[in-house]
This record gives sequence, structure tokens and C-alpha cells, in this order.
Amino acid sequence: MEGATTGELFWGGIAALVTLAIFSFLYKDNPVFKVVERIWVGVTTGYWTMLLYHTSFTDKVITPIFERGQYFYLFPVILGILMWFRLSKTYGFLARYSLAFYIGISTGIFIPLTIKTAILYQLHGTIRPIEPTWTGLMFALAFIGIICSLSYFFFSKEHKGLLGVSSKIGIYTLMIGFGTGFGLTVMGRVALLGQRVSFLHDYIASLLGALF
Amino acid sequence: MLVLVLLLGAALAAAQELPAPRGLSARDNPNDAGHGILLEWKAAPETDGVVAYEIYRLPWRPAEEGAPWTPAQAPDSAWILTGTVPIPATSYVDMDDEVRLGANYNPGYIPRGGVVHYRIRAMGPGDALSAFTPPVTATAHGDWWHTQRWNVLVIALLLGVLMVYFIRRSKEGAELYIRPIPGLQRIDEAIGRATEMGRPILFVLGTGTAGDVATLAAYTILARVAERTAEYQTKLLVPVNEPVMMVMAQATVKEAYLKAGRPEVYNPDNIFYISAMQFPYVAAVNALMLREKTATNFYMGVFHAESLLLAEAGSVTGSIQISGTDRVPQIPFFVAATDYTLIGEELYAASAYLAQDPKLVGPLKAQDLVKAGILIVAILGVLEATILGSGFISNLIEPH
Repeated sequence: MEGATTGELFWGGIAALVTLAIFSFLYKDNPVFKVVERIWVGVTTGYWTMLLYHTSFTDKVITPIFERGQYFYLFPVILGILMWFRLSKTYGFLARYSLAFYIGISTGIFIPLTIKTAILYQLHGTIRPIEPTWTGLMFALAFIGIICSLSYFFFSKEHKGLLGVSSKIGIYTLMIGFGTGFGLTVMGRVALLGQRVSFLHDYIASLLGALF
Repeated sequence: MLVLVLLLGAALAAAQELPAPRGLSARDNPNDAGHGILLEWKAAPETDGVVAYEIYRLPWRPAEEGAPWTPAQAPDSAWILTGTVPIPATSYVDMDDEVRLGANYNPGYIPRGGVVHYRIRAMGPGDALSAFTPPVTATAHGDWWHTQRWNVLVIALLLGVLMVYFIRRSKEGAELYIRPIPGLQRIDEAIGRATEMGRPILFVLGTGTAGDVATLAAYTILARVAERTAEYQTKLLVPVNEPVMMVMAQATVKEAYLKAGRPEVYNPDNIFYISAMQFPYVAAVNALMLREKTATNFYMGVFHAESLLLAEAGSVTGSIQISGTDRVPQIPFFVAATDYTLIGEELYAASAYLAQDPKLVGPLKAQDLVKAGILIVAILGVLEATILGSGFISNLIEPH
């Protein structure tokens, strides 16, 4: 922020104060945090509402129906209107048709997609030869881990005997994976904190530079 | 100057020598929704010096802007470059289903049932270019059937048949065993604790959508929790981040209170919308935990980067926390920061375990059998690839 204008210093100052207000929650809940929290929720809700208006209502209702005459868009509009009937005690059941349609469509889209991505891609990636090399040994270990992890998610049988042993190895494998994921993400979060602290540092430096 | 002229002459000669691609054909791209054209041509001999091919097409324009372009009436400048492919490629799929690009019509759009004209030319070293091929024409059609995704169909059918079979068996009274899930056995204990302390219970449905499978599973757990809180008359708070989820959560809790015989205790204001934005939602929920001093927190559904933020705040307030999600990257945070975690599919199993509804128990049994099948296929596939060195099983399950 070197050589920042008065306007940049003003808006940067607001961003810095808001950042500190959010950080104040680390000490305890306080009035400053409450104010910023409510502003944040309010601003984002307003933003999201306008975003929805422009990206859903204008694009999917006004433009296609009134400007292009694509009347099949009336069908989702009717489903949307039905949602409002939940405010009525007599006709509240009509809202369920919209929900049923929404859930049904989502499920229909997700089932083949999940079979492809969660089963076929994973299975296809797992099947490969075990070679008599170091990489091959690593793959063999990973393969045992995969099989055992999968056995942990059997719900039809109690985890006893062979299934008990394999599921135990499976949960240990999962925990190793989770630990790795945890470390990786925490590093990412620390980097985000670093960015924020760096912003505060730069702002204070530029403010002092402007004042003195 | 002489050198420059010689170089220019050589470049021009190269451009003239570079032969145009041969055997260009265009047809509807198979297995798509009707917005793709497949172009194929013959590979140029290495001696030709071709390095890449440029694909040109006549732009699309809507009916109100004039009749479609034809190669005979289109000026040379009308042709638009749609792609460049390096050798040794001898095919190209032009696919575009966007009618508009911002406020303008998209000239690269391929209409379903509309005629599209193409021509290509070869590129050589430097700026050398061949002449264009004669134009070819194709019409895009949508396909109802993806001929290469039969493996998805087989698995879906197998799963469907098994589900129907087990649901019927369960309805006929057969006892289908589901192993106890540790996190679930603590639900009643956690609700009891909140009741004894006279403090509310918080149920967070995550930041997914109402159509997510994990969210749907979370509703079953919410129903169970709501039923218990109705019996004990404990306050249940459900802050949500999506309007549809709020409607569904209100319906779920209302039904649970009715089932518990306490409809008068139901308060729709306790199931409320906060914000659709992830982090403002988290800030508000975290503050809610501190202000309401919730004794028990449930996190069930789809979670993203907010998982640790929520679980840490709950941990600071000293709440008992039970979590469950199918989002693998977030499970480590729940494992680390909450008391009990339903890992991945345990969340789905939990809903079946709690409800003991044939419609939920049957599919769980079917899934277990399919998992056993996946396990067998994986072991056989690796053995086949290692011992026989072939890829029959791998080819069978190849995703498209």
C-alpha cells in the first residue's frame, strides 16, 4: 500500500478494523464482534439476494419468458410459486410437490454421477499390476489399506474375527490419511493467517508513512 | 536486405508446398447432448512437415439475425477459428452448448439439429500454412443412450434390484442386522446432558444443498434428535444456510414433535435462515454457540472449510459434539475437534440404524453387497494385472 491515496487509506482502514474486530472473538464474544458479525451477515445476505436476482430471476425467468418467448421456463416458475404455499395452512401441502421434484431431480442426476466418480474411477485407478520394485511394494501396501478401509464400512456384520482385524487395519489407514489431510489444510490456513497479518502490517506501515 | 528477401521467398515457397489435409469428414459426435461435431482427417506423411491443424467453422447466428451462413455465400473473413490441434491428432471434437456469451450471441454455438460447416488447414514450421480443405457439413443430434456407459447402468441396475429385494424382505419382517455405530449410541446421552443442564441443543445441517445425499441423511438424524428434544422439552436450534433446507428442516422437526405427541412445543422460529454465504454463516453460528451456551452440538451433512471453525468454537464452549459428513477432506477436522464422528458412509448407515425403516435398511444391505462385489473385483483385477499381465477387468470398469 505504498503511496496510498486518502481513499485507499480510508477503505483499507475499515478493512483493518473489521479484521481486528473479527479476531477479537478469539478473546471472547464482545459488542465490537457482534456489530461486525451482523454487518457481515446483513451485507452478504443482501449481496446474495441481488446475485440471485440477476443470475437466477433475470436470466432464468424474465429474459427467457418475456424476451425470448421460451414458455417452458414457466414450469420451474410454477414450482417456485408452489413453494410459497407453505405459508398457507390449507394449501401448504402443495409446497411438497416442488420439494419432491427438486429432491427427485437431484437424486437422478447424482446416482449415475456417483457410480462413475466414486466407484468406477476409484476402482479403475486401483487396478494395476504389483511390480517387484519399491514402487510396487508401496502400491501393495496402499492396496491392502484400501481393501481394509473398505471392509470397515461393512454394516451388515459385526466387526469380529477376520472382518474385525481388517476393519481395524482399515480405520488405522483412514486415520493416517486424515492426519495427513489435517496437516496439509492447517498449513494452508496458516498461510491465510499470514496473508491477513501481512495486510495489517502493510496498512499500518502505509498509515504511519502518510501521517509522518 | 538480400537475406530478408531470400528468407521471405523460402517461407512463401514452404507455404505453397505445405499440402492441404486430406480426407476431412464431419459427423455428429456420438454420446452427447447434441451440441458436438466430430471431425476426422487422414494423417499427413512426416515428409509434409505438418506440425498442427487449424479448425475453422462458419459462425452460428440466430434466425432473427439472418439465414444460416453457407460456404458458397460466406466471405473468407466469416470463417472463425474454433481450435488448433498438434500432430499426431487426426480428429477434433467441436463442442459448444452456450447460446450466449454475456449479452451477445455465441458464434461458436452448435445448435441441436442445426447444420455446421467446417474446413481445416495444416500448419508447418514458422508461419507456413496450407490451403484450406473443401468445406464439410454436419448436423449435431442428441443421444438418449451413451453406448460406453453400460457399466454404470449394470451397477445401477444391480444396486436397484438388490435394494428392492432387501426392502421387500425387510417389509416382510426379516430382521436385517446393522452393526451398532458408536457415535449414534451417544445421541441420547448428549440430549440427556443438555436437558439436565437446561441448555439448548444446536443442530447444524452443513453448507450443502437440500438435494445432497449427506443432507438427506442428516434430516433423519435431525428427526430423531427432534423427537427426543420434544419428549424432554429441550430447546433445539437449527440455523440453516439455504431457504429450501430451512423449509425441509421445519417440516422434519414439526413431524418429529407431532410423533412425540408434543406439537405445542414446536417453535418454527428455532429453525431459522442465517446467510447463504459460508463464512458469515459460520460467524453467526459460532456466536450463537457462545450466546446460547449450547450443551450439545450436532454437525451433520455437507461441510466445507467451516468444519474446524465450527467444531473449535463448540469445543471452547465445552459442548458435547457429534459430527458426521461424507466430505473426506473435512473428516479429519471433525475427528480432531468433536467427541464422536460418523465417518463418510456411517452417516448414511446412521439414518437407517436410527429409523429402522425398511426403505433405509434395505438399501444399506444392498450397498454392503455391492461393496463386497467391488472388493472382489479390485482383488481379482490386481491379481489379473499382476499374474496374467492383461487388462480385461480394468477395461470392463473403465469410466467414460
